[in-house]
Amino acid sequence: MRYSENHIGNKNVSDEELLKTFSPASESKGPKDTGEFEEEELERLKQTGIDLTHPNRTGTFVQTNHTVQRCDCESSGIELLPVTAALKKYDGLKEYWWRLISAEKDSFTREADQELDNGYFIRALPGEKVIYPLQTCLYIRDENLAQRVHNIVIAEEGSELNIITGCSTHPHLRSGLHIGISEFYVKKGAKLTFTMIHNWGENVYVRPRTGIRVEEEGVFLSNYISLKGVKSVQTLPTATLTGPNAVARFNSVIVAPEGSDIDIGAEVILEAPGTRSEVVSRTISTGGRVVARGHLIGLAPDIKAHLECQGLILAEHGVIHAIPELEAHVAGVDMSHEAAVGRIAQEEIEYLMARGLDEEEATSTIVRGFLDVRINGLPPELNEELQEVVEECHKGM
Amino acid sequence: MLKIEDLWVEVQGRDILKGINLKIGTGETHCLFGKNGSGKTTLLMTLMGFSGYRVKHGHILFKGEDITYLPINERARRGLGVAFQRPPTLRGVQLKNLLALYSKETDIGSRLALAYNFEDFLERQVNLGFSGGEIKKSELLQLLAQSPDLLLLDEPESGVDVENLDVICQMIRKLLQKDIPAKRRKSGLIITHTGLILNYVNADRGHVMLNGQIYCHGNPLDIFERIKNYGYEECAKCRLFEQSLKI
Ligand SMILES: Nc1ncnc2c1ncn2[C@@H]1O[C@H](COP(=O)(O)OP(=O)(O)OP(=O)(O)O)[C@@H](O)[C@H]1O
Ligand SMILES: [Mg+2]
Repeated sequence: MRYSENHIGNKNVSDEELLKTFSPASESKGPKDTGEFEEEELERLKQTGIDLTHPNRTGTFVQTNHTVQRCDCESSGIELLPVTAALKKYDGLKEYWWRLISAEKDSFTREADQELDNGYFIRALPGEKVIYPLQTCLYIRDENLAQRVHNIVIAEEGSELNIITGCSTHPHLRSGLHIGISEFYVKKGAKLTFTMIHNWGENVYVRPRTGIRVEEEGVFLSNYISLKGVKSVQTLPTATLTGPNAVARFNSVIVAPEGSDIDIGAEVILEAPGTRSEVVSRTISTGGRVVARGHLIGLAPDIKAHLECQGLILAEHGVIHAIPELEAHVAGVDMSHEAAVGRIAQEEIEYLMARGLDEEEATSTIVRGFLDVRINGLPPELNEELQEVVEECHKGM
Repeated sequence: MLKIEDLWVEVQGRDILKGINLKIGTGETHCLFGKNGSGKTTLLMTLMGFSGYRVKHGHILFKGEDITYLPINERARRGLGVAFQRPPTLRGVQLKNLLALYSKETDIGSRLALAYNFEDFLERQVNLGFSGGEIKKSELLQLLAQSPDLLLLDEPESGVDVENLDVICQMIRKLLQKDIPAKRRKSGLIITHTGLILNYVNADRGHVMLNGQIYCHGNPLDIFERIKNYGYEECAKCRLFEQSLKI
């Protein structure tokens, strides 16, 4: 079984059947602008790092169902457009559109190709460095919709760009399907940090398809966080490091409650000498199933790549399936992996108990540490903010 | 403060401690010497109640109460505290978070950092990539936040450089209330191989462990000197000598 299966009710269904279950977002009616969002909706968006009143954001993009409601950016060095507008402006974005992923890859890519709702186009001009992040929000507000987006992000030579993407559904919504195609281009010496926080409904299917290309000396950092129940997520971004010394780092923190089936990972192709990659996942099952994949492919000498899957099962029936793969095609590579799945080590719990904490306090201290999402390379303020989002979600666990 | 009576302990099906007797009074500091693998760490872990250390026979009395089968945290609450030789790594858990959990004092971390020169240390993940000396410091910092009545210190000065030795011994002196002899209530059991600590911290009594048994009780400096000059085996003979006197 390559991917998690789709289940509707108790039935296994094919991808095509799954697509038929939901109606196109284009047939829905959303509010005209984000000012009409209710308090609980704004609160929910905040849990994915999206704050519509936040002063420390360079730009904001909000797409609800199929409608782009906000698309504004303060920096003249950044171009932020609905992707449909960018396609018009740049004559079909030929160099970037379906270049890193094939539109024929599977039913979901075909669907997004044929029935596109919208998506964002972000481009940082050469040498442009923005401190505060851009926030992009993909929001499903009505029951039983299929939202299909295609995003293009380009960090031109020497630029630095920081994006927070919050994906979520209306607090009272249960079912939906999100298909998100994303293509990231990190050019020579550029640095792109992409932080994605998911907060879906418990019966929502999520099918991101992501390709990344990093050129010489470029850096791509991805941080993926999903702490709440979701029916099924299946994604395996592929990063290709095409230029010498390019770097890609993937960090994910996943909690799978009962009923959630989350199949995530990253594939990194290290094509050029001196490229480096790190794929780290920390997953917790509180009853759900997680498949944590990582596939590193070394095609050039002097590359360095490391894979790490740490899994904790905190319920009787959780499943964590770590699949680390290393594939080297030449001599002179330095590739390693580390995987550990199980319960919290008794030794760690007792260590804290020896200082006076009871077993429950000790366990929750360790779990909170496990869910620490601060990563190297993120601005400290953003790290703190993310950590707060996580702690907030963790309280409800 | 602490009384151990004929304690037999099994680890992984093997007898490691074989009839330990030991008494530590309130305000006293004792040193425990002994060869590698003789059972010193095992004794500390058993006193603290760690799983895997099965008491087969005997009792541990703390402040008059039998704590032989109490859970770990209950012992900690009653005033027992350990600085571990090899503590586990807690990923993502910052040292300052632990200090805050252990102490009622707000901002305990900053105060201790200031008092003992720990820049950049508080934000680190507990024991992750800590050097040998950093582990010792971090253990003692945690004990300072916890403030136990009986300190069990497992080789607190091993692997520590000369400058840090000074800091570490200051911390130990503080923990053991060495500067207020008249009001001293804290007791300690310190495992040491180097004896270096004795240059900074006065100890009242010394004991030698050999093969899961305690041989020879006496003045710690005398004992340490004997070990240096004649080796541990001599201590075994010394007890035989004591026993022969009794007969
Ligand atoms: N968890 C364990 N599993 C197997 N054997 C153990 C375990 N813990 C201790 N032992 C054994 O018990 C004996 C005593 O070990 P202990 O760690 O108490 O020695 P020690 O006196 O502290 O030595 P050192 O001076 O090297 O720290 C050793 O032979 C050790 O291998
Ligand atoms: Mg030891």
